Amino acid sequence: MPRTHALRTQVQCTVNGDEVDFLCADETSLLNALRDELGLTGVKEGCGTGDCGACTILVDGKVNCACLMFAPEAEGSSILTVEGIAQGDELHPLQQTFLEGAALQCGVCTPGFLVAAKALLDENSDPTETEIRYALAGNLCRCTGYDKIIRAVQEAAVQLNGASK
Amino acid sequence: MRYAAPTTTDEALELLRSDPDSQVFAGATDLIPQIRAGRPEPSLLVDLKRIERLVAVSHDNGTWTVGAATPTSALTANAEFSSAFPGLSEASGLIGSDQIQNRSSWGGNLCNASPAADSAPALIVNDARAVIAGASGERTAAAADIVTGPGETSLAAGEFIIEFLLDDPPAGSSDAYLRLIPRTEMDIAVVGAAVQLTLDGDRVASAKVALGAVAPTVVRVPGAEAALAGSTLDDDTLAAVSAAASDACNPIDDKRGTIQYRRQVAGVLARRAAQIAAQRARSQPTQGNS
Repeated sequence: MPRTHALRTQVQCTVNGDEVDFLCADETSLLNALRDELGLTGVKEGCGTGDCGACTILVDGKVNCACLMFAPEAEGSSILTVEGIAQGDELHPLQQTFLEGAALQCGVCTPGFLVAAKALLDENSDPTETEIRYALAGNLCRCTGYDKIIRAVQEAAVQLNGASK
Repeated sequence: MRYAAPTTTDEALELLRSDPDSQVFAGATDLIPQIRAGRPEPSLLVDLKRIERLVAVSHDNGTWTVGAATPTSALTANAEFSSAFPGLSEASGLIGSDQIQNRSSWGGNLCNASPAADSAPALIVNDARAVIAGASGERTAAAADIVTGPGETSLAAGEFIIEFLLDDPPAGSSDAYLRLIPRTEMDIAVVGAAVQLTLDGDRVASAKVALGAVAPTVVRVPGAEAALAGSTLDDDTLAAVSAAASDACNPIDDKRGTIQYRRQVAGVLARRAAQIAAQRARSQPTQGNS
């Protein structure tokens, strides 16, 4: 599509705890703004139509597909991407259990799975397998299969619950 | 494309007036994939989510008011709402993944005007009304009168739905929505069936039946409604419900299902939805709370 003008909108929001602002064309997807303006390339584009969940981020604590948001919609919101899950050098238990359980192969879907799984565990610290499968139904993996991913989420829940006791 | 996020309905109407090539949106979960698939871009996108009424949910004086851009996840998480309208809540919760649920809305689901929209049959059997903003003020229309065909609505240029109104269900009534998809999650309905009915003792006093994905728009099934009224949901009645539902279909053949399959499934789902709605209605008080 030819651009009729070069207007760029300033967007201010919080990303992974940091106040940020960036300029973007209005039609820019939040996915592209996060990757190209803020360098957060953990947010992956899979389908670009909200089916695969590879671009899953949290917006004000809720899972969203960054490909289905226009970047200006992020104004004033608080965003979490996979880059914000670890505490400094210490991996989040989900990241650790995904590694230890080999819950990834090519890894393109992994950031989206980690963010969606974190959102689940933030709301439900002891989910059943069925609850995990439903919560991750919006995330597609085409190489690992889902069982290792489910096990990794279950193990992370156990670790998180152990740490909180 | 330019993007605007008005905070009042008047501001939104003015934006729509200012640019005939403008497009309102709520979650954009249909709009963005459609643009990516080649739909012409509007020159102005009007985001309705920053207008308070569009995302407010309230229950006063026997009426629920639900902002048209309210995320469906907020409705399924609302225990009071889901208890009053279990079928409508379930239908709303079937629109996509959790990611989509945080963006999808009744206004968007209805105005995208897909024949397979899950919330549409359930809104219609519950007699939902849409409050519509337009240049000459607000008007109210039945949710059943919004969609006129695939991708087509009765809204005039520059109009948009502000909110939906739902009266408290009568005592002794309930609803149900069932859909068939080839998997357990994340697909588009092959057939959807919504039933709302009110019991008077063991008998059905009145019923409404609507089907989705089996015709260009949602279809009501008067034959099934007449069969249910006065019945005890005996086998003959349920067979008549199924037959009427199958007959009411005017489906297409596509990759999701053949015409014959859709007709058959519509009959089965209508019957089951009626049974579920009746079971739920039996657990409601039959008098004294309306």
